[in-house]
Amino acid sequence: MKINAYSLSRITWAAAAALTLLASAAQAADKVKVGMLSTLSGPGAGLGVDIRDGFNLALKHSAGKLGGLPAEVIVADDQGKPDAAKQTAERLLKQDKVDFMTGVVFSNVMLAVGKPIFDSKTFYISANAGPSQYAGTQCNPYFFNVAWQNDNLHEAVGKTVQDKGFKKVALLAPNYPAGKDALAGFKRYFKGEIASEAYTPLNQLDYGAELSRMRASGADAVYIFLPGGLGINFIKQFVGAGLSKDMTLFGPGFSADEDVIRAVGEPMLGMFNSSQWAHDMQNPVNKRFVADFQKDYGRLPTLYASQGYDAARLMDAAVRDVKGNLTDKAALRKAITAAKFESVRGAFKFNSNGYPIQDYYLRVITRDAQGRVTNRTLGTVFKNHADAYAGECKMPAL
Amino acid sequence: MTGLLVLEQSLNGLQFGLMLFLLAAGLTLVFGIMDMINLAHGSLYMLGAYLVASITLASGSFWLGLGGGVLATAGLGALLELTVLRRFYARDHLSQVLGTFALLLMSNEAVRMIWGAQPIELSPPAALAGPVQLLPGLSYPAYRLFIIAVGLLVALLLYLLVTRTRLGMQVRAGAANREMALAMGVNVQRLFTAVFALGAALCAVAGGLLGPLLAVQAGMGESILILAFVVIVIGGIGSIRGALLGALLVGVVDTAGRALIPLVAELLVGAEAASSAAPALSSILIYLLMAGVLFFRPQGLFPVHG
Repeated sequence: MKINAYSLSRITWAAAAALTLLASAAQAADKVKVGMLSTLSGPGAGLGVDIRDGFNLALKHSAGKLGGLPAEVIVADDQGKPDAAKQTAERLLKQDKVDFMTGVVFSNVMLAVGKPIFDSKTFYISANAGPSQYAGTQCNPYFFNVAWQNDNLHEAVGKTVQDKGFKKVALLAPNYPAGKDALAGFKRYFKGEIASEAYTPLNQLDYGAELSRMRASGADAVYIFLPGGLGINFIKQFVGAGLSKDMTLFGPGFSADEDVIRAVGEPMLGMFNSSQWAHDMQNPVNKRFVADFQKDYGRLPTLYASQGYDAARLMDAAVRDVKGNLTDKAALRKAITAAKFESVRGAFKFNSNGYPIQDYYLRVITRDAQGRVTNRTLGTVFKNHADAYAGECKMPAL
Repeated sequence: MTGLLVLEQSLNGLQFGLMLFLLAAGLTLVFGIMDMINLAHGSLYMLGAYLVASITLASGSFWLGLGGGVLATAGLGALLELTVLRRFYARDHLSQVLGTFALLLMSNEAVRMIWGAQPIELSPPAALAGPVQLLPGLSYPAYRLFIIAVGLLVALLLYLLVTRTRLGMQVRAGAANREMALAMGVNVQRLFTAVFALGAALCAVAGGLLGPLLAVQAGMGESILILAFVVIVIGGIGSIRGALLGALLVGVVDTAGRALIPLVAELLVGAEAASSAAPALSSILIYLLMAGVLFFRPQGLFPVHG
């Protein structure tokens, strides 16, 4: 009898405790946990590091808080490998129970971690990867992209190459989802002849064979989609092979961004590239971001850093909007969709598929007033540009 | 234009093949003479590349970096042999694979701890950064020509070392019949250390030369180690000549595959299908070659006569 009464009282106590927990969970959370899963090793490491640093700078600007709540950022390396990333994502979701996920650089990694994240009803704020799948048929209410859809930067260059009157273009991209998206985007706006089109393994760093093919193809322009170390190697080898004399090199913004310029230097002068953001944009949010990024990290920010920064700003705005109540998913989704934050790129809004509608600019690499080799914005290629897949998206319920 | 393309691709293949040879030479000697499977060989390549890169960045001179890095890696190789690897000779291959795999994992982590996870970017020395006009209409990167020249020079030196010196004679004897060489009074302990240091130095030469062309990063040894194993299987285990010819074969086949398969595939199945099929096909080409060699000549194309 005594034992029974004892255990009964214990059960009651436990139930009461559980109820109290439930009750407190319905109110505002006491902190916001963010799972920053990014590529921090290998040839793509520079990109992940910039997203992370941009994100951290935004946190510093809001005194370590997101929407007024203390923020805890758990940083994990996905090694650029989909299988490793999936395991790490499961750990962040189940063990650390994060409120938001962000950080993935590469689209093949994104497609691998998407399902576990959406299944656990956790919002993913993409600071880079924008696969066409998640923009179209597989769009998801838990997925938001604060950067750009994979095709967009390439569409902008396709249009530029077309407008500048080039006739024969050689294309090169890595053999993975974003590579296919990229060249599809380019070809959507470039109507001339494709002299050669090559896809290389994502870990290939020697482009000798591809450069020979380009030379033989007689192209007058080259378009490369090669992120991070891949682009650095390609451009060095492109210049080393003497091809820069015969062909004009075009790239998306990140193949001609400050990380690549730091590694390659002067041979990049004159390279045209497209971006949704530039460090010389004159809005006050951007000026503060660029100045503080340089002060804290001793280098100019890349567009990845700007995307990481905006991802944190978006979370900050959304958490503030719902007054810290992270359990009401519908309200949180509405707050994210509203995107009431000041982006470093100026005007920003979400399309119905969770991808941005924004302007895209043409930049060229020149020497600035201080003698640095860096990007200068030339003009606007697209105004209020949406991606080509939004029409295919039938957004499922939460 | 096609003639020039073939010529340029042959040079690319030669350059890649010679670098593979530098790795395969050390691997095949260790395998042939000591009967030792060394998975940590790729780590020596990585460490060599890092040491060359670090000394280059610290001193500002690529040549100093290359020389210093190669010597340091040779020393590291000898040290590794003296302390760890010689305990594995008497063991079976499984223990060797496990032991050296552990070394591989440890060196990758050590490199991450010392140099960080981000790759080191090196540029070729300024004198070799530009292109060289070889024929009208064909300019080729000077740095790649330099790699070819060094590769050929090292191959020649290695050939002289193996065929003309006492050490080489012992190496050949060891590779052809280890027991007999032992019985004839060859000081195997010293020989093994020397061979291992030599293999490590060759790794560092390859790593140091490829550094500016590729990127110096943790884990860079694994992918090239697999190719080096393919080379020695094709060439015949223990044979330097086999390693050279096997490496050139793999280099040329790989490069030709990457350049020609997309063209052929485009003619056969159209551009759309070719863009997805060709990369897959060209990356398995050398493994098809290896499977073919194993099927028809399991001892390799140029086995050691013993």
